[in-house]
Amino acid sequence: MATGERDRVAEQTQGATTERSTSRGLSAIAVAITLLVLSPLAWLVMRASEMETARAIELVTSQTTVDVTVNTIVLVSTVTVLAVLVGVPLAILTVQTDLPFRRFWTVTSALPLVVPSYIGAFAFVSAFGPHGHLSNLFAPFGIEQIPEVYGLPGAALVLTLFTYPYVFLTTRAALLSFDGTMVEAARSLNHTRWQAFRRVTLPQIAPGIAGGSLLVALYTLGDFGTPSIMKYDVFTRMIFNEFGAQRIDYAAVLSWLLLGMAVVILAVESRIEAGRDGAYVSRGARRPGEIQLGRWKVPALLFCGGIATLGLALPIGILLHWLARGGVGFSQAGRPFELAFAWNSVSVAAAAAAVSVVVALPLAYLAARSDTRLSSLPDRLSYVGYAVPGVVLGLALVYLSLRFLPFVYNSAILLVFAYVVRFMPQAVGTTKSSLLQIDPSYVEAARSLGYAPLSAFRKVVLPLVAPGIAAGGALVFLTTMKELPATLMLRPLGFETFVTYIWRVQESGYYGQAAIPALVLVLVSGLSMVVILRRENYDAT
Amino acid sequence: MQRSTDTHGKTAAFDSVETAVEDPTATVLELDGVTKDYGPECAVEELSLSVKDGELLTMLGPSGCGKTTTLRMIAGLEQPSSGSIRIEDETVADADTFDKPEERDVGIVFQDYALFPHLNVEENIAFGLSDATEREIDERVTELLDLVDLSEHREKMPSKLSGGQQQRVALARSLAPEPDVLLLDEPFSNLDVRLRVEMREEVRKILKRAGVTAISVTHDQEEALSISDRVAIMNDGTIEQAGDPAEVFENPESRFVASFLGQASFLSARVAGENIETGMGTFDTNRLNGPVEAYNGATVDMLVRPDDLRAIPTAESTADGYVTQRQYNGPSFVYRVKLHSGDVVHCLHNHSESFEPGEPVEIDLTADHPLAWYPTE
Repeated sequence: MATGERDRVAEQTQGATTERSTSRGLSAIAVAITLLVLSPLAWLVMRASEMETARAIELVTSQTTVDVTVNTIVLVSTVTVLAVLVGVPLAILTVQTDLPFRRFWTVTSALPLVVPSYIGAFAFVSAFGPHGHLSNLFAPFGIEQIPEVYGLPGAALVLTLFTYPYVFLTTRAALLSFDGTMVEAARSLNHTRWQAFRRVTLPQIAPGIAGGSLLVALYTLGDFGTPSIMKYDVFTRMIFNEFGAQRIDYAAVLSWLLLGMAVVILAVESRIEAGRDGAYVSRGARRPGEIQLGRWKVPALLFCGGIATLGLALPIGILLHWLARGGVGFSQAGRPFELAFAWNSVSVAAAAAAVSVVVALPLAYLAARSDTRLSSLPDRLSYVGYAVPGVVLGLALVYLSLRFLPFVYNSAILLVFAYVVRFMPQAVGTTKSSLLQIDPSYVEAARSLGYAPLSAFRKVVLPLVAPGIAAGGALVFLTTMKELPATLMLRPLGFETFVTYIWRVQESGYYGQAAIPALVLVLVSGLSMVVILRRENYDAT
Repeated sequence: MQRSTDTHGKTAAFDSVETAVEDPTATVLELDGVTKDYGPECAVEELSLSVKDGELLTMLGPSGCGKTTTLRMIAGLEQPSSGSIRIEDETVADADTFDKPEERDVGIVFQDYALFPHLNVEENIAFGLSDATEREIDERVTELLDLVDLSEHREKMPSKLSGGQQQRVALARSLAPEPDVLLLDEPFSNLDVRLRVEMREEVRKILKRAGVTAISVTHDQEEALSISDRVAIMNDGTIEQAGDPAEVFENPESRFVASFLGQASFLSARVAGENIETGMGTFDTNRLNGPVEAYNGATVDMLVRPDDLRAIPTAESTADGYVTQRQYNGPSFVYRVKLHSGDVVHCLHNHSESFEPGEPVEIDLTADHPLAWYPTE
C-alpha cells in the first residue's frame, strides 16, 4: 500500500475537532473488535498459565509430540517443494513459451484451487484406496496392487495438487510484470536464453515464488481434512483427536506448537513482502520473446495434461461418477442428504458474511486513512484470525464459551463468531483496497458543498466502496461454506451442513451420497475464485 | 594507410577527443537487401546500409518507419525475412545463417536502459564479462566507470540513480564486452529536455573515446543532426537518404526528407529561362541547387526554411502577402505568412521584431546557399 495514498486519505479527515472525536470513537470501536477477535487466543494463554511447568515440559517433549512435529514439518516441506516444482514450470510454460493452447492450460493450472482439499482427498481415497475405483478398474488386468495412498505420500500428493496453484498464480503474476527487455539485454551481453533466465529472470521472480510457497506452507500446516482422511498424524489431526478424547491439556500444548509454526511462516512472509515493497517494480515494457519449445513441446503438453488430469479431471470425474452411480448399495445406506442441511450452510454463511462486512468497515477505514503504525494495528491484529488454524480456533472457542458464556455453547452464534474471526480479514482486505482507491478530493468536494464529515462519507465514500464491501462479503460467504474443522467442533448438536454431511459420509464410506454436496462446494469455491480474480483485474491471457 | 578525407576527417576536427579507431575506412557492419515482413505487412524493405569503423550513424525517421526493427535485426532479436547482415566480415544473418544475440558481438542500450534491478552498478557492468577472471573484471569495471564518470556510484542500486546516471550505466554495461557494434534505441527519449541536450554531448564523447562503431535510432531530428557522423533518414521501411548531417539538411533528396528535417515550406516557382518567378518575386536560376533547364516553362517547388526568409512590413500595395500567425519560441518568432499567390511560408525573426497578425509584408529571400527544389507533383 502506497504511503502517498494513505497520506491523502488521512488528510481528508484531519484538522477539525469534530473529526478528531469521530476518529477517536472509531478507534475505540476498532480496538473493541480487535480484542473480540483475539479473545480465542486468550484461552490458550489461560490454559498455559494454569498448567504446571513440569507437566507442560513432559507433554512437549513426549515421543508423540516429537513424532507429530516431525511429521508436520516433513509434510509442510514436502508439499511446499512439490508445489514449487509443479507451479513454477507451469507458470513459465503458460507465460513465456510457445506452448499450444496456452490460455486453456492457464485456466486448468489455476482451477485445482477450487477443489477443497478434503474433497480432493476424499476423491483420491475412493479412487486409489483399497477397493477404490481405480483398483477395481485395474483388477481385471491382473494389477492387484496400486500404490498405497494413505499416509505421507497420499497427504503430500493431494495437498500439492490442490495448493500448487498458489505458487502458479504468484509466479505467473511476477512473470507477467517482468520486463522482457531485461532478457534481451542479457542476451546482447552474451548470455544464452537459459543463462539469462538463471541470472536475470529467476532473481526477479523469486519473491513471487517465495510468496506463493509460503501460502502453500501456511495452508498445509493448518489443513485438517486431508491429513485426517489420509490418516497421517500431524498437529491438526492430533488436536482434533485429543479434543474428541477430552485430553484438553495435550490438545492445548499441540495448539501452541502449531500456532508457533504458523507465526514463523507469517513472519517470513511479511519479511518478503516488506523486501518486495517497490523494489523490482518492472515497467513490463516488452514481453520477452517466446521460448520455442521445439522437441520439448510434447513433454510439456504431457506435463500440463498430467497435472490437469490429476488435479481437476480425476476429482471432478469421481464426483460425477458418484452422481451417476447413485443407485442401490452405493448411496442408499446412511442418512440421505436433506435440503435443510443446505439451508443451514447458507444461513450461517450469510450471517458470517453480514457480520464480517459490518465489523470490517471501521477496521478498514482506520487502516486506510492512518499514517501511523499504531492506527493500522487493529487491522494488522485482526489478521491473526487468518493465521490461526481452524482446529485451534474451534478448540479455544469450545472451552472459552463453556467457561464464560455457557449459553452460547452449542448454538449457531458461536459458529458464526468462529467464521467471522477466521474470514473477516478477507472483508477487511477488499474494503481497505477500495477505500484506498478513492480520490480524497471527492470527499473534499462534498465537504466544500456543505456536507459534514460523516454525511460526506455516507454520500460519497460508501457508494464508491460498496463493490469492495460486497466482494468482501461474497468471499466470506463462500469460504465459510467450505470451512471444515471449526464447523465440526462448534456446530450445535444435530446441526448438519454441506461440510458436516460430507465428513460423515466420508467416515462411514458411503461415498455416493457425497456427490451433490461436494459438487456444490466445488462450485462455491469456483465462485469465490471468480470474485477474487475480478477484484484483481486478473489478466487471464 | 592513407588517412581518409571523408566524414571522419571532419569528425576528428569537430571532436577534439582522441579516438581509438584502428582503421576508419574498414566496413564493420553491412546490411544488404534486408527485409522484414510481419504477416502481410512489411516493416523493413530491401534495406542496404554499411557502417564504417568508429562511425556514429543515426537512423532517423517517424515512428513505425522500421528503424527499431532494423536495430533489432542487427542485434539478432529479430530474424530478417530476406537479405543478409554482416558484422566484421562475418555473415550473422542470411537465408542459411542466423546467429543468436549472444553469438554476436553487438551491444545494445535500450530505450528504458533495462538495468537489472537486482544487481548494483558494478554487477550490472560486469554482467557481460562472464569469461574474464575476477581481477580482469574488476579492472574493466573500474575503467568503464571512469569512462562514464560514475566511479563513486559503484555500489549503488540502479533505482538510486538519476535518469542520466542510469543511462551511463547502461552504456558502460554494453561497452564492457567490447562489442563490434553498439546499438542505441531512442537513447534520450526517457530524459527530460534539459538533460537530453547535456547527455547528447556526453554520450557522443563517451562513444568516441571508446572508439566504438555505433548506430542510434531516433525520431528527434535535432538529436540526430547534432550527435551523428552520418544520418540515414528512414521512411516506410527504406532509407530515403544517408549522408553527412549538414549535407542532408541542406540538400534533401526527397520531399519527405525535406519536410521531415526542419520546418519546411514549399514555394511554387515557374522556370522562365534564366529566371524563376515566385509569389515573392523573381530570382535567378542559380539560386537553385542543380540545373533546372529541363523544367523550362514548367513549375517546380522550392524548399524554403524559416531561416531562409525575412518578412518586411510594407504598404498594402507592395506586399507579397500578410502575416496569419505568430509563434513565439522565446529567443525568436516564427511568422506564418500567406502569400497572395496562395503559398504559405514561414519566416524566422529575432524576438525584438514583432509584427501583428494581419500585417501586410514583403518577403525577402535571404538564404546564402542554393535552395533545393522538386518537380511539382
